[in-house]
Amino acid sequence: MITGDISLMRRVTNVAMLGLTGLSTLVVVSILFFILGYLLWMGGSSLSIQFFTNLPKPTGETGGGMANAIVGSGKTLLLASLIGVPIGFLGGVYLAEYSGRTFAFLVRYVTDLLNGVPSIVIGIVAYALIVKPMSHFSTLAGGVALGIMMIPIALRTTEEFLRSIPNSLREGAMALGATRSRTIFTVVVPAAMSGLTSGMMLNLARVAGETAPLLFTALGNMFWSQGWMQPTATLPVMIYTYAISAYDDWHQQAWAAGFVLLALVLTINITARLIIGRGASSARR
Amino acid sequence: MASSTVIQSAPPSAVRDFFRRLKVGEEFSYLLTLAAATLVLLIVGLIVYELVINSTESFHKFGWHFFVTSVWDPNNDQFGALPFIYGTCVTSALGLLLAVPAGVGAALFLAEMAPPRLSAICVFMIELLAAVPSVIYGLLGIFILVPAIQNYLYPLLKPLDFLPIFSGTFYGVSYLSAGIVLAIMVVPFIISVSREVLLAVPTDQREAALALGATKWETTFQIVLPNASTGVIGSIFLGLARALGETMAVTMVIGNVPKISPSLLAPGYSIASVIANEFGEASPGLHLSSLIFLGLVLFGLTIVINAVARLFILATTQRGA
Repeated sequence: MITGDISLMRRVTNVAMLGLTGLSTLVVVSILFFILGYLLWMGGSSLSIQFFTNLPKPTGETGGGMANAIVGSGKTLLLASLIGVPIGFLGGVYLAEYSGRTFAFLVRYVTDLLNGVPSIVIGIVAYALIVKPMSHFSTLAGGVALGIMMIPIALRTTEEFLRSIPNSLREGAMALGATRSRTIFTVVVPAAMSGLTSGMMLNLARVAGETAPLLFTALGNMFWSQGWMQPTATLPVMIYTYAISAYDDWHQQAWAAGFVLLALVLTINITARLIIGRGASSARR
Repeated sequence: MASSTVIQSAPPSAVRDFFRRLKVGEEFSYLLTLAAATLVLLIVGLIVYELVINSTESFHKFGWHFFVTSVWDPNNDQFGALPFIYGTCVTSALGLLLAVPAGVGAALFLAEMAPPRLSAICVFMIELLAAVPSVIYGLLGIFILVPAIQNYLYPLLKPLDFLPIFSGTFYGVSYLSAGIVLAIMVVPFIISVSREVLLAVPTDQREAALALGATKWETTFQIVLPNASTGVIGSIFLGLARALGETMAVTMVIGNVPKISPSLLAPGYSIASVIANEFGEASPGLHLSSLIFLGLVLFGLTIVINAVARLFILATTQRGA
């Protein structure tokens, strides 16, 4: 490959620069291992069964947990999915199956912009829309904030996966006399199902870790939150509150919560990516 | 367009009835999906509307002076955004300064040099890195990074304290800490978008350069990278937009002091952090309105940068990455 007439200087530069790019990759990848290792170590040692079953306790008392925050996160995420997934899915169907060029471009572009809006700004909007008129913080407001954040990715993944379904499937269904909507909802969507499911899982994992939009919508709560209209504790906000507190035992709890959150997010991510990877070899392209 | 496939002749009334219902169903699913797509536009419109409406009080009081005043005093209803804008810009710039060389370098490695197997594994891990929630970065920032900077990096910077940017005492929480955390957070985004853009460069460009006797590095740096430069710049802009809007990790390590200091070692404040810290307890009125005004500034800034970044990436890959 490298012949004799190439100057030494060029050869050295070649090897040195290739090495440098490899090194930067190594550094970035090792950060992941560092994060995982450290959280495993710190979080694993502070984790106990009480963490999952007990309510938070004031500092100094042992045996406190975050059961309410785990349930609170679950409720907020459920609400977020109920808002974000249907809107994103239907919008994605429109872009992939019905839309003309100009309008589709507009919607796609605006969706990408919405995806780039800082999460704290979404929090402000949810505050203005729900907390202010109702004059109290609530699970509902937190769910709406996260729901808005889910729409862009739900929409774009739906569009992308539907587009990857070959046109012959649509033509086949229509040749058999199926109408357009029947073709879409009984042939195209089921064919893209594994991709859609994993896309939504990734989406959920992303908002599961969001903290900023919950700070002044779901707020926080040291006790159980009844129904949907009360402020609720959530795992990410608890991590934040405990981490910036001045107490060592709360720091331990923050590590434990960080461990649980990261484990959850990474498990969903890896599962979803494996599903997509398996689907890619058979269904896509 | 959606319903053009039905009804041509005039069949008996029962059958026609059936077709009409079907046609209504067709229209229904078309309109439903259209409504969902339109809703996205409405939501973005609603975000703009709410931000503007709720910040008018502050805008009427302070006007454009809001951007050049550095006093932030909720007790006396005096609000100026300069320390926060300064903090956001300094930390983001620092974050990018650290993240861009590493990110573009790693993207070059993954797209051009690495064997496909190794590249796939690394890309997978970098995607996981991008999925780590920001509050986790904040947690590690407070307890690992800040002490590490204090113990290892600060002694190295100490001899440089004649430079204004490294002067003054160091408490750990600072612009520098926030910048480093931001760098770690945006690097995965820069890598994955840059890599995609680099892969879109046609193979024959590389083959031509290699055939002319260029080394691998010369091909990569002088042929492939310039070809993809618009898209790579787009990826950097995307990273910038993320850095500007990042809230939790920055709030946890920047120190939250509304003061402008030339030194990177001094504690500061950012737009997103002040919203995160004060919004929940702000009294309705000028304070809340000023915070929402800050939110509007942040929104405008990220929208513009995102819009430019998307266009750049679109120009190189022909699809909205």
